[in-house]
Amino acid sequence: MKTLVCISKTPDTTSKISFVDGGKNFNSDGISFIMNPYDEWYALVRAVELKEKMGGTVTVINVGDASNDLVIRKALAIGADDAVRVNANAPSSFFVAKQIAEIAKKENYDLIFLGKETIDYNGAEVGAQLAELLDLPFFSFVNHLEVDGQTNILKREIEGGEETIKISGPCVISAAKDLAQQRIPNMQGIMMSKRKPLTVVEAVAVEELVSLITHELPLPKKGVTLVSADNVDELVRLLHEEAKVI
Amino acid sequence: MSVLVVIEPSAGIINKGGFELATFGKETAALSGTKCIALVLGNASNAGELGIYGADEVLTADIPTYDSMVYATTIAEATKKLDASIVILKHNANGKAAAGRIAIKLNAGLVSAVNAVPVLNGAVLQVKRGVYSGKASATYAISSPIKVITVIGNSIKPQANGSAISVSVLDLPKLTSSLELVDRKTMSGRAPLPEADLVVSGGRGFKGPENWDILLELADTLGATTACSRPVADADWRPHHEHVGQTGVAIRPNLYIAIGISGAIQHLAGVNSSKTIVVINKDPEAPFFKAADYGIVGDLFEVVPKLTAAIKKLKHE
Repeated sequence: MKTLVCISKTPDTTSKISFVDGGKNFNSDGISFIMNPYDEWYALVRAVELKEKMGGTVTVINVGDASNDLVIRKALAIGADDAVRVNANAPSSFFVAKQIAEIAKKENYDLIFLGKETIDYNGAEVGAQLAELLDLPFFSFVNHLEVDGQTNILKREIEGGEETIKISGPCVISAAKDLAQQRIPNMQGIMMSKRKPLTVVEAVAVEELVSLITHELPLPKKGVTLVSADNVDELVRLLHEEAKVI
Repeated sequence: MSVLVVIEPSAGIINKGGFELATFGKETAALSGTKCIALVLGNASNAGELGIYGADEVLTADIPTYDSMVYATTIAEATKKLDASIVILKHNANGKAAAGRIAIKLNAGLVSAVNAVPVLNGAVLQVKRGVYSGKASATYAISSPIKVITVIGNSIKPQANGSAISVSVLDLPKLTSSLELVDRKTMSGRAPLPEADLVVSGGRGFKGPENWDILLELADTLGATTACSRPVADADWRPHHEHVGQTGVAIRPNLYIAIGISGAIQHLAGVNSSKTIVVINKDPEAPFFKAADYGIVGDLFEVVPKLTAAIKKLKHE
């Protein structure tokens, strides 16, 4: 079993967000970065579990500059065997998909995993684009995956329900909660991660069709109207007459 | 030229989310004076009603929506056949799985999770979306001749200004899927969280899953969908699809009632686009009050049943 796991670096979930350069760029001052939780907790861990059960290799791939190496080393500590970093700051999801496809098309992976979305751009775009570039089936929001030789059974979340699908052959899977359980790397994993190979490659050129105009922060709330716990009727009146939501 | 909106029925019915897309498509088509064509993927008894909410034409294509390859090929072929310049999909599991593929097939720029009707600036489409899990928003320009966007639920109110129209089958060669759908479960009853108008959500303040009855009764009284905070889902007090927040579902209902939830930044990220937020918490220092429109400081086990009773009274008047 040969798998590829695509990982991203994102601001920590507790980060306060702000922008610089007139809204153009993210202000990374005082921000700590982590591996995107969906990539780490579910995609990577499920790939490592399958390797432990069936043998094979897990490669992680990231598109980013050298500051991403910390996150890549963590993925190696959790159990990936080797890593590739495409040395570029990605301006779009299409750019990321294109870089990963360039590497993946040379390797014949049995499965390619990634998290269902990153917690910074929440686009859920890379998986579908990567699958299209590789001409592979793609399954979004997979929360259960059983691999038995050539046949894979997976469950995916759909709007208001769940589907179970049987598939043979390689595919791209976007991982949702419950696909695996978060693992904390142990000391041995951390020590070994330092010796595992991390290959850095240069990016291929991509024509961008989408450009950022600006970022904005939400307007501050006008402040809360407190209602006494003994006067719940007043809250209902406000919701009905003032906010007009019930 | 046209704007193509892709509609997925659920169990043979087009729901509010589908009508939202029809209105969104109509308003987007109006930017360039073109028509809005709705393509319904599968059979829906009420497909003609898309005309009421803005579709100028309604077509159907009965395809296996779980197969993103078939889905994307169908939409890409339809886009060429119908001369569409903007393709609009819903930002849900299938829409997201297909949108990236469609964009590549059509050499189109893609922006997902759009939350407002775009602005047309010459040949460039400007679209707005939330980023950083709802902590900020961003505006993008799509410059390619064909544009693909996915739209999140509750981005627009369906406008019933038209009338029902006839439905015809889109004439495309039949595609087959190599995948086998073993089972599909759909939950009935409450509206799915991303398109619910009213949401009642509970946190650790409930102390345990056995205490959820008062929240469920409030939700039933309002006709609201239920949600919860991450610790509640992690402890399996509630199913994880109810988890709203940064690593759960991001929602923007008209009314979000947060009960016994302190309001951690990760939770606020997923709900701060709600139109009206009500917070019920016994701790006056709970950070959620800063993000709320209305609040009650009090014991939820006393306040919630009173609130349910007061809403019942309002509904009887």
